[in-house]
Amino acid sequence: MPARRRAAVTIIAIGVALLAFPFVDRNNAQIDFMANAGAFILLALGLNIVVGFAGLLDLGYAAFFAIGSYSYAMLASQQFGIHIPFWVMLFVASGIAAIFGILLGAPTLRLRGDYLAIVTLGFGEIVPQTFLNLEKYTNGPNGISSLDQPSLFGKAFGFSATPYYYVTLVLIALGIVVASNLQNSRLGRAWMAIREDELAARHMGINTTAAKLSAFALGASFSGLAGVVYAAKLNLVSPDEFQFNVSVLVLSMLVLGGMGNIAGVIIGSFVLSFINSFLLPQSTSLAHAAGLVNLDFTNYRFMLYGVILVLMMLFRPEGLIPSRQRKAEFHEALSDPTLAAQEQAEYSGAAAAP
Amino acid sequence: MALLEVEGVDVAYGRIRALSRISLRVEQGEIVTLIGANGAGKTTTLRAISGLIRPLRGAIRFDGSDLLRLTPDQVVRRGIGHSPEGRRVFARMTVRENLELGAFTRDRASEVASDLKGVLTIFPRLGERLVQKAGTLSGGEQQMLAIGRALMSRPRLLMLDEPSLGLSPLLVQTIFEVIKRISASGTTVLLVEQNAHQALAIAQRGYVLEVGKIVHEDSAANLLASDAVRAAYLGGAA
Repeated sequence: MPARRRAAVTIIAIGVALLAFPFVDRNNAQIDFMANAGAFILLALGLNIVVGFAGLLDLGYAAFFAIGSYSYAMLASQQFGIHIPFWVMLFVASGIAAIFGILLGAPTLRLRGDYLAIVTLGFGEIVPQTFLNLEKYTNGPNGISSLDQPSLFGKAFGFSATPYYYVTLVLIALGIVVASNLQNSRLGRAWMAIREDELAARHMGINTTAAKLSAFALGASFSGLAGVVYAAKLNLVSPDEFQFNVSVLVLSMLVLGGMGNIAGVIIGSFVLSFINSFLLPQSTSLAHAAGLVNLDFTNYRFMLYGVILVLMMLFRPEGLIPSRQRKAEFHEALSDPTLAAQEQAEYSGAAAAP
Repeated sequence: MALLEVEGVDVAYGRIRALSRISLRVEQGEIVTLIGANGAGKTTTLRAISGLIRPLRGAIRFDGSDLLRLTPDQVVRRGIGHSPEGRRVFARMTVRENLELGAFTRDRASEVASDLKGVLTIFPRLGERLVQKAGTLSGGEQQMLAIGRALMSRPRLLMLDEPSLGLSPLLVQTIFEVIKRISASGTTVLLVEQNAHQALAIAQRGYVLEVGKIVHEDSAANLLASDAVRAAYLGGAA
């Protein structure tokens, strides 16, 4: 199949380009940007499981990012003298985040839509507040610094962003494989049914409790990974990195890219990261170089997001690369005229019995 | 022993009593109908059997084993298929995906495939529309899909909640024919209907539900002939 081959060639080409990137572009700041963008892609892939696949609107997803980051900060630093290796922490932190995903999910099982969103919003506020106030363990507003440096085969990562870039690349590749396998699994079909009609899903014999809790747990585990990489690279965690706007940012990535579609979510995530951490700072420096010293485009960040989201809702509500169901929701009339006519005929008894 | 036995079941939604002391039984191979006006508790009765609502007291036994503490997915696995009130097909999924979700509790792909064929012989119309989104089907087709989807769990007892709702007289006829055929092929049917006349015409026995209580219980023929039932549910003193 040529279409399939073309897709394979595209994927390989993108893969090679991504692998070569740090060799071609030797600017550490840009590699650092790419690694950060990678962490956000992981977050977006995780939130996509909860919101895109299972249809559970989570407005406090940054809480799990915080939990992942703080796990690393507390278990791999001088803070308590515990030094679990980075590679082990990837598993540990995603496990811890998954447990908190279940703890958050359990009380919300009966909630739907806006009610669920409000509870998750609350959770998203509680977690950073807790880290802020548990001064004894977290140093409060100062955060935890001097985290352990990862090393591979005895070689420390150092201050170069390149090793982190490769780690996120591998994690994203894994994340894509896991997410797409989940989507096509039995569990993925259960999520889809719950998203479409939870009561009907229960009629089909789907254990909605187990399916929803798995969505929360698996979604959260991705942010555990992102948290570890992000914290290790920054060498610092502090409670103000995980505010509500991070949750909104990740959700916006999904909306922009196309909820429920893995490729869409990655692209949406990259585009917003690009605007946020590259385009705006770069244009600001250009403006400064041109003598416009009072102009700072990064201050317009949220205004720009707002404009993008409004435009998306107006012109392409299903996202850049939509999932099949969302496309159907927005672009296929659910009862087309010929069928309506046919139904009319059935009512008047004119059509032949089916 | 009856296939399904419901004994003295009470259900309440908060402080509002929905069912009081409901008892009914369905024998293997029967079509039993539960008729009554809107709000009488017909849907609630089916939901209690399915495990979607937990009764306050009473007993529900299926094939001799207790259903009362089971979750809805466990009830489906025991062999009770439930086609919900208002069809509730997955509108944005295709007909095929809907039917496959009906087989969610089944493990053997080969059995599911042969059951899919079976359902499509009962509803050839669905076969023509396998790749179409369920939301684009006509009302009658959606009802067929809802019934077919419930059959995909290969139930021993099929519970249908108002399959004739909102359909043209001609389609109602078709749906009832199909229910007869499903019954003839060995599936026991518990049919909830407002369309009492049609339901009693294909059922062996019936129960009449009035504000949460069973007020009549008899063979379908007797209920059809009963003056009280005629007056209340079959359109006056004909």
